[in-house]
Order: sequence, then C-alpha cells, then structure tokens
Amino acid sequence: MTRATYLRMLAAMIVLTVVISVVMLQFDWNGTAGSTEADEIDTLTDVMIVVSSFVYSIVLVMLGYSIWRFRAKPGDESDGDAVHGNTRLEIAWTLIPTVIVLVAAAYSWVILDRIEAREPDRLNVNVTAQQFAWQFEYPEQGVTSTELHVPVDRQTEFSMQAIDVIHSFWVPEWRVKKDLVPGQTTHVTATPNLEGSFALVCTELCGIGHSTMRAPVVVESQEDFDAWVADQEKDEGSEAGGGAVEDPAEEADAGEALFAEQGCSGCHTLSAAGSTADIGPALDEVLPGQSPADIETSIIDPDSELSEGFGQGIMPDNFGDSLDEEQLQSLVDYLVASTEGQGAK
Amino acid sequence: MRQPGQPRAFLGALIGGAFGFGLVVALRAISGLEIFQTEQTGYPHLIVPAISAPFGYLIGLGCFDFWFRWAAGAPTVPDDHSQHGAKSWRDYFKFNTDHKVIGIQYIVTSFIFFFIGGAIAMVMRAELAQPGTQVVDPGVFNGLFSTHAALMIFVFVIPIFAGIANYVLPLMIGAPDMAFPRLNGLSFWLLPIAGVLFLASFFVPGGAFDAGWTGYAPLSTGAPLGQSFFNLGVQFAGASSVATALNFLVTIITMRAPGMNFWRMPLLVWANLSTSLLVVAATPFIAGVQFMVLFDRALDTNFFQFQAGGDVVSYQHIFWFYSHPAVYIMMLPGFGIISEVISTHSRKPIFGYRLMALALLGIVVLSYTVWAHHMFVSGMFSWLRVPMMITTLLIAVPTGIKIFSWLGTLFGSVLHLYSTAMLFSLGFIVTFVMGGISGVMLGLVPFDIHVSDTYFIVAHIHFVLFGGSVFTIFAGIYHWFPKITGRMYDERLGRVHFWLTTVGMLGSFIPMHWIGMQGMPRRVADYSAQFGDWNLFISLFAFMLGAAQLVFLYNMVVSWRFGPRAPANPWRAKTIEWQVSSPPPVFNFPEIPRVVGGPYEFGVPGARHAIMPGEEAEVREPVPATVAGGSRT
Repeated sequence: MTRATYLRMLAAMIVLTVVISVVMLQFDWNGTAGSTEADEIDTLTDVMIVVSSFVYSIVLVMLGYSIWRFRAKPGDESDGDAVHGNTRLEIAWTLIPTVIVLVAAAYSWVILDRIEAREPDRLNVNVTAQQFAWQFEYPEQGVTSTELHVPVDRQTEFSMQAIDVIHSFWVPEWRVKKDLVPGQTTHVTATPNLEGSFALVCTELCGIGHSTMRAPVVVESQEDFDAWVADQEKDEGSEAGGGAVEDPAEEADAGEALFAEQGCSGCHTLSAAGSTADIGPALDEVLPGQSPADIETSIIDPDSELSEGFGQGIMPDNFGDSLDEEQLQSLVDYLVASTEGQGAK
Repeated sequence: MRQPGQPRAFLGALIGGAFGFGLVVALRAISGLEIFQTEQTGYPHLIVPAISAPFGYLIGLGCFDFWFRWAAGAPTVPDDHSQHGAKSWRDYFKFNTDHKVIGIQYIVTSFIFFFIGGAIAMVMRAELAQPGTQVVDPGVFNGLFSTHAALMIFVFVIPIFAGIANYVLPLMIGAPDMAFPRLNGLSFWLLPIAGVLFLASFFVPGGAFDAGWTGYAPLSTGAPLGQSFFNLGVQFAGASSVATALNFLVTIITMRAPGMNFWRMPLLVWANLSTSLLVVAATPFIAGVQFMVLFDRALDTNFFQFQAGGDVVSYQHIFWFYSHPAVYIMMLPGFGIISEVISTHSRKPIFGYRLMALALLGIVVLSYTVWAHHMFVSGMFSWLRVPMMITTLLIAVPTGIKIFSWLGTLFGSVLHLYSTAMLFSLGFIVTFVMGGISGVMLGLVPFDIHVSDTYFIVAHIHFVLFGGSVFTIFAGIYHWFPKITGRMYDERLGRVHFWLTTVGMLGSFIPMHWIGMQGMPRRVADYSAQFGDWNLFISLFAFMLGAAQLVFLYNMVVSWRFGPRAPANPWRAKTIEWQVSSPPPVFNFPEIPRVVGGPYEFGVPGARHAIMPGEEAEVREPVPATVAGGSRT
C-alpha cells in the first residue's frame, strides 16, 4: 500500500462527503418551519447531515475500496496479510469519534437551552387531552376552545394535562413535542413565527382512535388573535350568562359544544354535528328509538351494552367522572334532539 | 401416556389449565364472589389457567423429571444421556439436553415466529399502502403492530441468537455441552410458550394486546384481556433468556478447553459473554414491570394507577432500564457473528482483536446508562436529559470501534465475496452504520424532540434491528448451515435472497426517515393524505422484502433435505467448531482439544488455534506476539 493509495482514498472520502452533503442539504428534511425553535432544530439537523455524510463516506470508501481491490479470484486459496492491528490507528478511531460526539452533545445542549428559554411576556395556554380529543383553555383570556389559536411571534407556554392515558403534543411545523401524562402537568413552549393553519398531532399511542386525535392550529396576528378571543368570550358569555341553563335552545347549544369538546365527534358519526368518524357506532343509526336513560347509560358505562361490530373497551369509560350531572343532561338532550325522527335501523 | 413427550405434555397442559380454572372458581365460591368475573381487564378464570397450563405442559413434556426424581430421593443417574442427541425429527419435539439439538430447536422455532411476525407486517403494509382504512380497522391494526414487535423482539431476535450460540459456542470453546444441559432444555421450551401466549391473545375477548410492544401504562393497565397475555408471555420469554444467559456465563467461564484464555476466545464467545451479562442483570426489570402491570390489572394494585397515587412515568423508567440494554442484547451476538464471518471469509486476523473485545464490554457498561434517551419528551425530570444524551452519544464510540476494526480487517484481505454469509456481513456494515448514524441523531435532545414517536423512529429501529440484527442472523445461519445440517446450501439462491432483501430493506425503510421528519406519527392505521405516495412506495418494497424471505425458506428447507454433503470445514476456518465433522458427533469431541493460539491466525505461518484429539502434537506453539491484538506490523 503506497502513500498515494491512502491519499486517493482520503480524496475519495472528501469528495463523497461533499457530494452527499450538497445533495442532502437541498431538501427541506423537516418540512415547513413555523417557529423559532424549528429554525434552531433545522440548523442542527443540517450540521448533523454534514457530519454523518463524512462518517458514512469513510465507511463506504473503505468498504468499496476493499471489495474492489481485494476481491478474491475464484479458486484463490491464499490468506490475507497477517495484520493483527495498529495501536496508533486504534487509538485514533477511539479518540476522534469521542471528540466528535462530545462536540455534538455540547452544541445540542446549547440549542436545547435556547429553545427552552422562557420569555417573560409569553401567552399561557392550558391543554387537556383525553381519548381522543384536545381542549385548550386560555386562563388569562378566560376562554376555552377545541381549536388552538396562538398569536404569531410571541412565545406560548402550554401547560398540559391528560385525564386518561398518555398523549403527546406535537405540531410538526413547530418541531416541539411533549407528552401529556396523567397525574402530572407537563410544560412546553413554542414561538410560532409563521401564520397559517396547521395540525396538532397526538404522537403517543393512546388507543383505538390515536390516528384521528388531531386538532386544528391557527397561528395569526395579535389583532386576529384578540378578535378571536373576543368572539369566543361572546359565545361563552351567552352560555354561562344565566347560571343554570334553562332555555332548551341554549341547552342544545351546550350539548353541541360538549359533543365536540369531549371528543365524541372524533369517533362517532352524527350528521347534526357534521362528524363522520367510524371508530364507534354511527349515532344516527343506533340512537333513534333509545330512551334518554339508555343514552345516558351508554355514555357513562359504554360497555354495558355494545352495538354490533364493536368490542369492549373501545370507548373511554370515564365520562361519568369527567362530566357533571348538568353537562351529561345537556349532552343527552342534544343527542336525543339531533337524532329524533331519524328512521330506526 | 406415561412417557415424557408431546402427548403427556398436552395432557399436562389440560390438567394444569383445569387446575388453575378450578382454583379460581373454588376461591371465588368460598369468598362469596360472583363465579365468573367479566370486568374488562380481570378475567381471573382465564389468566390463572394461562399461567398454570404452561407449567403443566412443561412438566408433562419431562422438563422437570430428573429434578423431581432427585428431589424425591428416587434413583437418578447423573450420566444419564438418554435425553441427549436426536435420531429422528420426532426427537426435536421432545425435551432434549443436547446443546446441538436445542440449538436447532431454538433456531427453527424462532424462524417460525419470524415468518408469522413478517406476515403480520405484510398485513400492516397493506393497510398503510393508502390513506384511510381499507384492510383492517384501527383497533385490529394496533393489535397487529404490537404483536409484530413482540414476536420479532422476544421470540425471534433474542432467542435465535441464543439458538445459534447454543449450537456453536460449546463447540467453539471445546466443551462437550453447556454447563447445565437440563436447564438448557427447559430454557428452550419456555420460548414457544411465550410465542403461543402472544398469538393466543388474538383469540381472547377484546382482541390482541394493542398498547404497543412497549405497553406503556396506563394504556396497558386499562387495556382488554389480551394485554395480560403480553404480560405473561414476556415472563416466559424473559425466564428463558435469563436461564440461557446464566448457562452461557457458567459455560464460558468454566468450560473453556485447556489453553483457551480470555484473549484466545473467538469474538462470538466474547459477544455472548457480554450479552449474557446484560441479560442476567437487565431482564428482571422487564419481568418486574410486566408483573406490576399485571397486578394493577388483575389485583387492583396501584403501581401505575395515577388516580390512586401511582406514577405513570416510572413505568417507562423501569421498562427502558431493561429495554435499552435489550437493544444491545439484540445486537452484540450479531457483532460476534460478523467478526467470525468477516475474518474467515477475508482470510485475515481480526484487526485490533483486544480492542474489539473491550469495546463489547464498554457497550455493556454504557448501555446501562442511556435508558432515558427513550424518554426525552416523556415529561420525566428534565435535567436527566443532558447526561443521558452524552452517554448515548458516547456509546457510539465502542460501536464505531467495531465498524472500523471490521473495515481494517477487510483492508489487505483476500475477500471471498461468493459466500452469502459474507454478503450479508458487508450488507450489514452498510445498513447498520446508517442505523447507527440515525441513532446518534436521535441521541441529540433537540432533534429527538422533533422526531420522537414518528416514522423516523420506525426507520431507525428497522435499520438497527433489520439492517443490524436480522442481517447478522442471516449471515450466521448461512455461515454455520453446513456445520449444523451437514449439507451445503445453494449460494445462487443465497445471493438472490441477499439482493432482494437488501433492496427491499432499503426501499422500505429509507423513506420512513423522511415521512417521519415531515410529520407522520408512528403507530397509526390512517395518516394524512400527503404521505400517501411514499407509503405506497414503502409498501411495495416491503412486499418485495417479504417475498425475498420465501426464497430463503425454500433454500434452507430444500438444502437441508437434498443439499450436497458438507465437508467438516468448507470455509477453511480456524475455530474449533470447524475441526469436527459436519454435523458434529453427539458428544462433540472424543477428547477435549487443546488451544494453543488465537482464533484468527490467518496468514501466520505455522500458527494454529487448537490441536484436536488424535492430531500429532508436532505443532509448535506460536510466539505470543502474534496472538495479541495491537502488535505492530
């Protein structure tokens, strides 16, 4: 093996590194970036792509060269060079990778601190997840919604709770993710810097409806956000205005809101609510002909009587705890009202 | 019926099951409870028989006959070899104490579960080929990916390595058998029980366990009955691997042939020593945590019941304290196989042998310190992330040492590319390094936050477990096929298998990185339409990957039956297992060989690894300098 051979191999490694890196860096690997955190993480991704290209080039060149150069002719029964090792080389390939990974770790640590730094003027949003729905409460604004609205260019801190199993909060464009763990409150921050509509995706397996557990996310200007908050306040004001709900129309409104908030629409088809999911029985088909008491039982003890084709344990069985008497009543009334008159199956 | 064997085993299972069932009914009757509890997760009248029937089966099969006789003071013959060796295929269905029979039992059983798990993967890819639900509904889908992973991990990858080592390792170290042959037999028979329990969950009320192979609480504590079958299956698989690991440890430490000091052990032996150290210390954690889930489910304990003060995140800590080392349990034996194959088929000593062995031990130590990198977004104590990131990245160093040493071995070699085992070893380097690189990226907390629980993870795990472990398994099976069966396999079909597998594997798993980074979560039956094209692409390559395995199956079955007779040492290897006939005699060696040098002394004039019984003792001992790694040339 001459010095020229080693130099040629080194040149090949560098050329391959450059080629792979340049090609790989043409792509937006992580997709649209929609937050300041995303920019940091995307830079880290690009740096690692270059480092990885170098490592992979070393391996490919060494392997490719050996296959090309040392491939045995048929019938060749000779042995290779009786080389047992090379201490200096072995020390090098222990120490150099150590340094590389430690530098990568230090750099990641810096980025981690930066993306998790808390801003003093941040917006607070409380997130509650349950099978298979999201709910967002704005404590400072006093509104609650099933859509996540946040102002652009301002940090938002999400304080999150799950009421049944573990869920996970992820907006791919923001790059941030955090599990919601029953029994504790977890926090995550994001600073969206791109206006538009996105999707919040549950990324922790949470049961049969896991793949449908999403919520709309709207990033908008501060003015639009304020307008949206005012809109929400108006709606809630009319609902909560007179204390106990008396008016049947308002009660139905409350029921309709609960149907969305509690995640019913994530699994059940109900034409009145415009939902089309098929994880649970279609309510348009199974509810007509049932008494309000039956419907109530089906909500709080879903496994007591199962519709054909649906097994036990599919529907969460904690609605008896999470809904109070009045809410349950509005929900049942809403379901009765919206399926009345439809043909029994 | 009184003879140990399958008929008595099934009778035993029946009696065991009836006993368990009767026990539950009797206890409930005495306590004044409703005889048949039908709450969602309870079902004691099914869970207790699911524990007692397997024990009845094992007793019926004869796994405990010797020990029972001994405990009862009945006459036993310590040298009774009546349960040793196999004369016909029927003997493979019996309790056996011969490590070679047990090795074959392990390998064949594991491959059966591999093909079942693979078929499940095909159904999943059919469902995922298009957005929306077409083939199976989301509930069934959750059961499919959970059983796919459980089968592949617990009853394929982990035990097949135990099977290969069971066959090869005692021969390699010049031992007549494993240290505890009866325990070895019992270890094997625990394995099919685990697999059958996993699969049986498809047929119980509520369907197969569907909380993923990770079975995170509280999803698992509240899941239907199938989850209990997972909890129990893991106990049997875990007990099997702990017993085997103990057996390997004692065998390796005490039964090496004279002259085989630690620095003369083949790297496969080093690899299984390291793996066994991981198994004995880590596996009890998963056994414990699955019992905790089972107790939460069946006995109303509150380990993970957050409403009663249980701590949900602690499940993940205990689970990953096993399951991260488990990643190395599934990789280190493969590293050993690759070392054997590459050295033999490149006709060169392993480059830096001692550092290779030390790197294995380095991985063992480090792998206990990285578990929380699976939990960067789990809501655990957030300070823990940075030290876990550093250890996670550091574990890449000993792994890198192994890669570089293999490349160093290939450099200046006489590289025999005709052999399928060698093709899979070189393919392994290409695919495993890619999995290693994505692993380093996942170790970086900020990047992990983004891609955690997405298809990037699916891509990574398949690059390390398929491109890593499964490639090494194929390399090992092809390499030792002549030794085990006494027949040669068809290299042409082997090459077809290799290329179809490699192309199918790359086509299936490379795009998964991208769709994960772009926003597709894992473990979903349905996904956003933007990922439709890539998923169709992945499914087509996955079907090709699946079909490729049928070529392997055909090659193995036909070659085993009709292949040309294999010589003792078709690859001209130096290690001891190749110095005996193919297949080896029942007791391996008429007389224990004597080890006089390192295992890979290719190209060293006059050097030998071992002097076999009956050989002339004329061979001079090689000078120590050529044995050790690190010597300058």
